[in-house]
Amino acid sequence: MEKIYAKKNIEKCKLVKTKPETIQFLLNYSKSLDITEAQGIKFETNMN
Amino acid sequence: MKQLQLDDSVLVKNYINGDERALETLLNKHNQRLTGFIYSKVGDREVTEDIFQDTFMKVIRTLKRGAYNEEGKFLPWVMRIAHNLIIDHFRKNKRMPMLKGADSMNLFALISDEKLNIEGQIIKKQIDSELTTLIKELPEDQQEVISMRMYRDMSFKEISECTGVSINTALGRMRYALINLRKLVDQNNIVLTN
Repeated sequence: MEKIYAKKNIEKCKLVKTKPETIQFLLNYSKSLDITEAQGIKFETNMN
Repeated sequence: MKQLQLDDSVLVKNYINGDERALETLLNKHNQRLTGFIYSKVGDREVTEDIFQDTFMKVIRTLKRGAYNEEGKFLPWVMRIAHNLIIDHFRKNKRMPMLKGADSMNLFALISDEKLNIEGQIIKKQIDSELTTLIKELPEDQQEVISMRMYRDMSFKEISECTGVSINTALGRMRYALINLRKLVDQNNIVLTN
């Protein structure tokens, strides 16, 4: 089996990982997001 | 470092209680698995990044809103959100296809298609559409193999790597997918020839 298939795409799915910039963006997004509730309605504020 | 060993449910609870580091741990813990899952479906790194980001933005908002229903199934829940966003992506792409310099835009492919008259084109379009509908009738695992093999030209070894099953299972799924497709074609009296 090993000889039949080329190695080029094998690692494609295994090693793919999101960029650190995306992770950082999500962490910053989380820190800046504030949800407040008033009279039963939830308001989202993004404090950048 | 201790947080790495904590369960998802504890991390989620900590995050809801204001511990931002818990989110970082969750992100790092599931990064590879979720990214691999999205990439295996969309096959594009940029789109994968976008869907990953959108998925976790939804996760963050849901958790902060207190709308998350803790049942000890954090990862399957996140995967479900990602799955829905992947479907949205394909729907959007179907309405507004993104053209890349692939075979579809190859000048020689257009020239070689010269003999296909309007009628032929309509028939081809109809066959493609009917085949897509039939594929959607198949079980999810068989759909996955068909899509990876036929539309993304992946080898069975790559399919087995991506789906986490053995090559024989992937081959078996393909075989059953084709058998089931033939059955569906017969049942629906569809003629799949141009």
